[in-house]
Amino acid sequence: MSTENPSTADEPSDDTRPPAAGTVTNLVTATVVVVLGGAALAGALSLGIGSPSKPGPGTWPALVSTALIILGVLLAAAARRMDDAEKFTRTGFLVIVAVGTMVAYVAVIGVIGFEIPTALLAFFWLRILGRESWRTSIVVSLAATCAFYALFVGALKVTIPHLF
Amino acid sequence: MSPVLDGFAVVLEPTNLLYCLVGVVIGMLVGVLPGLGPAATIAILLPVTLGFEPVTAIIMLAGIFYGAQYGGTITSVLLRLPGEASSVVTVFDGHALARQGKAGTALGIAAIGSFVGGTLSVIALSLVAPLVAEFALDFGPPEYTMLALLGILLVATVSNGGMLKALIAAALGLLLATVGRDGFTSAERFTFDNLSLADGLDFVPIAMGLFGLGEILYTLEERHRAVHAPTKVANVWPSRSDLRQSSGAIGRGGVIGFILGILPGGGAVLASLAAYALEKRRSRTPERFGRGAVEGVAAPETANNAAATSSFIPLLSLGIPANATMAVIFGALLIQGITPGPQLVTEHPELFWGVVNSMYIGNILLLIMSIPLVGLFVRILRIRPTILAPITVLITLIGAYTVNNSVFDIGLVVFFGVLGYLMKKLGFDPGPLVLAFVLGSLLESSLRRSLLLFEGDPGGFLTRPISGTLFALFLAVALVPAARAIWHNRRTDPRHSNEPV
Repeated sequence: MSTENPSTADEPSDDTRPPAAGTVTNLVTATVVVVLGGAALAGALSLGIGSPSKPGPGTWPALVSTALIILGVLLAAAARRMDDAEKFTRTGFLVIVAVGTMVAYVAVIGVIGFEIPTALLAFFWLRILGRESWRTSIVVSLAATCAFYALFVGALKVTIPHLF
Repeated sequence: MSPVLDGFAVVLEPTNLLYCLVGVVIGMLVGVLPGLGPAATIAILLPVTLGFEPVTAIIMLAGIFYGAQYGGTITSVLLRLPGEASSVVTVFDGHALARQGKAGTALGIAAIGSFVGGTLSVIALSLVAPLVAEFALDFGPPEYTMLALLGILLVATVSNGGMLKALIAAALGLLLATVGRDGFTSAERFTFDNLSLADGLDFVPIAMGLFGLGEILYTLEERHRAVHAPTKVANVWPSRSDLRQSSGAIGRGGVIGFILGILPGGGAVLASLAAYALEKRRSRTPERFGRGAVEGVAAPETANNAAATSSFIPLLSLGIPANATMAVIFGALLIQGITPGPQLVTEHPELFWGVVNSMYIGNILLLIMSIPLVGLFVRILRIRPTILAPITVLITLIGAYTVNNSVFDIGLVVFFGVLGYLMKKLGFDPGPLVLAFVLGSLLESSLRRSLLLFEGDPGGFLTRPISGTLFALFLAVALVPAARAIWHNRRTDPRHSNEPV
C-alpha cells in the first residue's frame, strides 16, 4: 500500500480522543467482572446445578459465570497492555448529573404524570447542561412537551400517566 | 413463485407503502443525529412500531433500518462523524469531497450505490435464504447450540475493541438472559423476589439503554468536539462522468458486500473496508483516494448496504442474528410474536416475502427520498446537540414506557444507559452483549435439550456431522488468534521463551 494511507493522514476524530485510562482503571474493571462472575456463580450454585444428564436451573448460569470469572482474570492479567479505556475526567460529572435527572424523572412520573417532569428535564438539560439561553430553554422545553403529548397521548394513545 | 408475488401485493398495500416511507424518513432523521447508528436508531424507534400489524411493523422497521444506514453516511460526509463502523471508510473520500464543495455528489453517489447494492443483495437473498432455511430444517438442538455459540464468538472476534472485552460483554449478556423464570423447571432465577423481574428482562429497554441512552450520555461529555455542518449542499445529482467513474466500483462493491455480509460479525464493516481497498488497488490513480475520489465513496457505500441486506439471511433462515443491528431486529420480530428461523418461510410465507420485498421498496424509497431531503438533513445537523440531546433522551424514556406500559422499564433503560456509558468509556463494545442476550435463551434451551438427548454425554456434539463441523469451526476461530498471540509474545518477549505457556 502507498504511504498516503488515509487512515494515518485523515483519521476521523482520533486527534480529539480523550486520554487513555491507566492500569488501575483496567484492574478495577477486571475486579468488577470477577466479582460479578463470582456472585452469579454463587447464585447459580444455590439454584442447584444438577448433573450433565439432568441439567438443573443453575447449570447454564454456572457455566456462564465460570466463563466470566476466567475472562475477568485474563483481563486482569492483560490490564497493563490495554489502552482502549478512556480516563474518567471532570466532564464525567455532567453524566452523573444527567443520570440524576433521569432517576428523578422515573421516580415522579408515576405520581404526577409525565408532562411536568418532561418539561423540567428538557429545561434542565437545555439550560444547565447545555448552557442554552433562557429563552431557547423555555421555548424548546415547552414545545417538546406539547409535541410529546400530541404524539404519545394524542396519536399513539399510550396509557402513560398524564395530567390532562 | 406465487408466494413471492403475494409478498409484493402485501408490500404495495397503501398503508404498508406509507409506513415504509415514514420509516425511511424518520430512520434518516434519527440516523443523522451524531453517534446514533442503525442499532441505536432502531432501538429508539422500536416502541413506535409496536401498535401495528406484524407485517406493517416489520416493513416500517426495514424502512427505519435503511434510513438509519443512510443517515450515518450523511454525517460521515458532512461532519466526518461516521454513524457506525461500516461508514468509517466513507469519511476519507466523502469528507474530502465535501470540503471541495462536492458534498452533494458524494451523497448522491452514496444513495445510488446503496440502492444498487441493496437491490442486488435482496435479489440474491430471495434466492439463497429459502435454500438455507430448507437445509436448516434438519437442525436439532445440538446444531443450534453450536451455531449460536459460533455466532457469538464470531461477533466477539470482529467487534470494536479487544476480543477479551467483547467476550466479557457476551458472557454478561448470556447471564442477563437467564434472569426470570426458568423455562424447564419454573424456578425463579436472579429475580431478587422482584415481581417485575419474574418474567425476565425485556429486550427493548436493554437495547434502548445500551445503544441509545448510553451513546447520548457518552456524547454529553464530548460537547467540545461538536463540528459545524457546511452551510449548503449543492448539485446532489452526480454528473455523468462521476457515474461512469464509479459504476465499476458499485458493481464490485455490491458483490463483495453480499458475500461478506452473510458472515456473522462485522460483515458490513469488513465489506466496506474490502471494497475500498480493492478499488484503491485497481485504480490507475490510487493517489486520488483520500482526496475526494468518487469511487472511494461509491464502493464502500454499495458494499455496506449490500452486506446489511445479506446479513438478513442468517436471521431469516436460521434465526441467528449476525450482528448487533440484526439482534435488534430479531428482538422486534419476537415482540411481534414471530420467531425467525427455518420454519418462517414455509409457515409464514406472506410474512417472509413481505419482509424481503419491503426491502426492494425500502431501497427505492431511500433513493427517492434521500436526494431531495439532503437539504433538510443539513439543516438538522446545524441544530445544536445541546438541543437535540434532551429531545432524544425524552423520546427514549417515554418510548420505553410504551412497550409494556411500565415505569419499571424506564428505570431499566436508565440503568442500561449508565452501563452502556461505562462500557463505552472502558472500551467494551455493547454489541456482543445485546447479541448474546438475544441468543441467550435459545442457547440455553438448546444446550439443555442436547444434554438430555445425549444423556449427559457432551461428546454427542462431536458425533453429529453438522454440529461436529460447527464445533471444529468454533475451536478454529477461538484458538487461532490466541495461538497467534502466544506465538507473537514468545518471539518478541525473550523472558517468556522458556516458560511453559
